[in-house]
Amino acid sequence: MGRIWKVGDNINTDLIIPGRYNVTTDHAQLAKYCLYEAYPEFSQGVQPGDILMGGHNFGCGSSREHAPTAILANHVKVVIARSFARIFYRNAVNIGLPVLVCEEAVLNSEDGHQLEVDLTSGQISNITTGKKFQSEPLDPFVARIVAAGGIINYIEANNGQLIY
Amino acid sequence: MGTLAEEIFSYRLGRPVVAGDTVVVDVDHVMSHDTTTPLAIKAFRKLTQQNNGRVFDQKRAHIVFDHIIPAATIQAATLHREVRDFAREQEIPILQEGICHQVMPEKGFVLPGSIIVGADSHSCTYGAFGAFGTGMGSTDIGVAYATGRSWFRVPETINVHITGELPPGVFAKDISLEIVRRLGVDGANYRALEYTGEVIENFSMSERMTFSNMAIEMGGKAGLIAADATTQAWLRGRTDKDYPLLRAHNPHYEQIIEIDVSHMKPLVACPPDVNIVHPAEEVEDIKIDQVFLGTCTNGRLDDLEIAANILRGRTISPDLRMVVIPASREIYLEAMRRGYLEIFAAAGASVGTPGCGPCIGRHFGVLAPGERAMTTMNRNFTGRMGDPTAEIYLGSPATVAATALTGHITDPRSVLFTENLV
Repeated sequence: MGRIWKVGDNINTDLIIPGRYNVTTDHAQLAKYCLYEAYPEFSQGVQPGDILMGGHNFGCGSSREHAPTAILANHVKVVIARSFARIFYRNAVNIGLPVLVCEEAVLNSEDGHQLEVDLTSGQISNITTGKKFQSEPLDPFVARIVAAGGIINYIEANNGQLIY
Repeated sequence: MGTLAEEIFSYRLGRPVVAGDTVVVDVDHVMSHDTTTPLAIKAFRKLTQQNNGRVFDQKRAHIVFDHIIPAATIQAATLHREVRDFAREQEIPILQEGICHQVMPEKGFVLPGSIIVGADSHSCTYGAFGAFGTGMGSTDIGVAYATGRSWFRVPETINVHITGELPPGVFAKDISLEIVRRLGVDGANYRALEYTGEVIENFSMSERMTFSNMAIEMGGKAGLIAADATTQAWLRGRTDKDYPLLRAHNPHYEQIIEIDVSHMKPLVACPPDVNIVHPAEEVEDIKIDQVFLGTCTNGRLDDLEIAANILRGRTISPDLRMVVIPASREIYLEAMRRGYLEIFAAAGASVGTPGCGPCIGRHFGVLAPGERAMTTMNRNFTGRMGDPTAEIYLGSPATVAATALTGHITDPRSVLFTENLV
């Protein structure tokens, strides 16, 4: 179970990790400046296992992998959104940051609510309201990368080859 | 049979594929730049126990320094050193002569029908050459450096068909902003855009690149334009390789957007999203603190020429500062020969070394709290050029140059018509 930190539509990668703070690969630095201006309380208050919730087009903008890395560095359990921008989604899957698309969960949950998420089944339970939701199923190939824990693990499990 | 995106993937795979298919393909070129390479190296290192720690092909792996060049801080210089060490070890040159999306085509790496992945979201710019260029994160690029391969879901395509006669004062950038206004900032998410029509056919490679560059501002995976005689002429002398001239055959487009440019006006995108677009003449009361001419969207020779014609013999408003950064060294040198750089310097502008400059807010013209910039950039996101309370407006090089003269957002037609420049 974790607390929901909820943001709005079109949260771009400049908001997730501003360009002037991503001149590093240091996880502690990236964690500190995650959503630094869009939601300043987030990086100060987030606890391991908490949930980040977004609206439409979460992660739009640049290809910077620092964005999902900064979220992962805060030990967020999963990002749930109404929709994700393509590059962010792919980056998150690649580095092992769980991402789920669930319109109903976003529409029926508020900042500060407690959420239980089963990453295997995609079932989401809002503990605060008692409502349950089912997230959209993953693309079969994406599901294999997620199951492996990221694309590096997926390739290593296939003898160093990227195969379908 | 299919859209240009389907034709390119089918050609590269040697078998027909359609939108919705997930495929793994050998890519033609892989690119990363100074800020995305360090994370790509981490992914690459994890993978390369199996292939002796070498990139898949030294001639097809490219590292470009453009985001913070020359290094503005000790931190940036340290990051650069880390990447230089990697490039030396891998025996791949570091390209330090401009913005990656300008330098890659100039070097002849971007050929029609090829598939290119770059660790930068504006890698969709390569679509102007009929190449499937797309932006990815560092781990994907590290994987591609190691294996020479990447996975794709062949995208559905939105066709943007552009016709009509371009009015004076309206440029490729204005039409690009109109497309974003119509489609919205996620209207092309997961999809390829394919630009067609007489306006596109008559445009130069530089103007086509402006369209393809901004595909990602709608979430687009690629911004494709079929290669033609204009493409071939541009590539002459830059490559000796053969390439196919692929085009759509009986395509099924998910959506078709028709744009008649005949009655268009110069446009400006207002903060904080690219689809907040207004005619320049309606936002002229907005005072500007800095103008910026450059970037992978509009830092090419024709862009500089348009601005130089407006600024020739004039000085910029004392109420603002102007930054001009040619997109590449090739452009910089030609602009120097033609006297454009002298015009900018004499007008009072700071002319910078080729690269991304202040577009990502790290150096050479960052903004103070509450300041406003009128730029030729592709993004106006909050905090992108400096303080998060600063505002970024986007427009054509003509709009930026006209604004430089007055100190407030200015419809360039007022300057162009009174000066008889069109």
